[in-house]
Amino acid sequence: MELLTAVGVGVLTTSGIYLLLRERTFSVLLGLTLLSYAVNLFVFSSGRLKVGAPPLIGHSASHADPLAQALVLTAIVISFAMTAFVVVLAIAAYRRLGGDDADHHGGEQDR
Amino acid sequence: MSIWPVLPVLLPALAAAGLVLLRAHLVVQRAVSLIACIALIAIACRLLVEADSGSQIVYALGDWRPPFGIVLVVDRLSALMLLVTALLALPAVLSACGGEDDRGPFFHPLVQFQLMGLNGAFLTGDLFNLFVFFEVLLIASYCLLLHGQTDRRLRAGLHYVTINLVGSSLFLIAAALLYGMTGTLNLADLATAIPRLDASAKLLVHSGALLLLVVFALKAAVFPLLLWLPPTYSTAAASVAALFAIMTKVGIYAIVRIYPLVFGPAAGEAAPNLELWILPAALLTMTCGALAALASRRLAGVAAQLTLVSSGTILVGAALFTSAALSAALYYLAHSTFAGALLFLVSGLIAAQRGERADALRRAVPLRHPHLSGLLFLLAAAAVAGIPPLSGFLGKTMLLQAVIDHDAVSWIWLAILATSFLAIIALMRGGMLAFWATPARAEPIRDTGSLGPTLLGAGVLLLLVLLVSVAAEPIKRYTDAAAGQLLDTTSYIRSVMVTGGRP
Repeated sequence: MELLTAVGVGVLTTSGIYLLLRERTFSVLLGLTLLSYAVNLFVFSSGRLKVGAPPLIGHSASHADPLAQALVLTAIVISFAMTAFVVVLAIAAYRRLGGDDADHHGGEQDR
Repeated sequence: MSIWPVLPVLLPALAAAGLVLLRAHLVVQRAVSLIACIALIAIACRLLVEADSGSQIVYALGDWRPPFGIVLVVDRLSALMLLVTALLALPAVLSACGGEDDRGPFFHPLVQFQLMGLNGAFLTGDLFNLFVFFEVLLIASYCLLLHGQTDRRLRAGLHYVTINLVGSSLFLIAAALLYGMTGTLNLADLATAIPRLDASAKLLVHSGALLLLVVFALKAAVFPLLLWLPPTYSTAAASVAALFAIMTKVGIYAIVRIYPLVFGPAAGEAAPNLELWILPAALLTMTCGALAALASRRLAGVAAQLTLVSSGTILVGAALFTSAALSAALYYLAHSTFAGALLFLVSGLIAAQRGERADALRRAVPLRHPHLSGLLFLLAAAAVAGIPPLSGFLGKTMLLQAVIDHDAVSWIWLAILATSFLAIIALMRGGMLAFWATPARAEPIRDTGSLGPTLLGAGVLLLLVLLVSVAAEPIKRYTDAAAGQLLDTTSYIRSVMVTGGRP
């Protein structure tokens, strides 16, 4: 299971970073989403990987770390809200700036 | 357990919630927002006086004892940051009342949410809680940046949001690494747990510490993670940019708070060599900012690039972790927050009088109020560039004196003095083009909008800059004590872990 999780985090991060560096806002958005999935998995695994252990003391022989699960819940909520915000922002930029080029070349550059 | 430490978070949260309900009444919103800012100053003053007694005030949220619950900790450093934030918020909100708050919905609630995030980040004694408050202040800052949507702001906003989301991911990875190795996220508990780890675990903690440094360097806009700042700050509305003057300081605060405490000498191999990473980066940040300021095409652009210079200057002091350098950095931090914000407000004031050209450094109509705007610009520029007798000069002198025994003293002196000189040239060029490059026989435009509130905000900031200059001695004494307290990590750990919010 450790190997599977590690490979999963690795693949998600790699694809996330690749997409993040693309020039279209849609790919950037997908990249951010994949990256946040990878991070959530990583945060979850920081509480150690255990099978069949509830995060409660006294209900079974071994117990999982509840704090890592609480952290990952918080992280999921925050990354979900942030992703929703980026989607709205990307749509607004697409409409107003006439294209989904992430750098909006051709527009006036600000210094 | 005293309730005061939680008030700087609660008050803006409640004010923001109330302001959302008052969305239809702009005048009432303004009044409530201003009252909330004044109340915040009062609370911050009360906390500062209490913190100056020398002991940490610990508030255990929900009465859960550390290390299991989240704690808020007020010491001299966090009280100073709270007061600087509160003092900055008042003129920023005041200047927005001139009409900037009317260009879109929810300006005032967003400012309050931003203050809530800032205050929380300055107060918290828990790493994950710091992440949460970072997100609160970031989401508010995204919306404030985009307030009154223009094409420019959308373009800058997309980049700003994306890079900060990547930063948040890195923060989570670092926090998870530290939690996985130590089993705690409480800063004081981390500080006691890390020295007890074995060598392989320390290696992972070391990489976590470096990842955290990348995140904080991104927030503080340190070379090479600085390219997001100038477009963001220079396109934001003037009052928003003024409020953002505290945002880079959050990254610096986090570095200064976490590294001496958690990754101090006791941590051994787990502690990264901060000086090796931060000092060259800080010097390069200053250089890049000063050179880019010379090439800026807009006055707000000059102000934004000079924010980079000030951020780098503070970090030089912060990276050395000696008492004298930290103290000078903290003094310079207070000064540069007010002076930088003042420069943003003044460039907004000038932009409002120049019609379509706004603050572009090109030929435009003469200003309607050249003398008043000129005087304000002159004083703001003198403060930012560090010309005596204002606080910028005092802060830089303190910093120059503090590093005199350091190995790299010649590089630091060269960078500080050269960037000050370049800043003077950039500001002079900006001032000459903004005030004197006018076509012959052009009339000043009449419809400038209401400049009164912005003038009032700039006036308040100018008073603050003068106050920091005149009261330099008591402030320096305070920052000396704050730096001493920061390096005395045992008293922090004892306050949090042993007494932990018990009366």
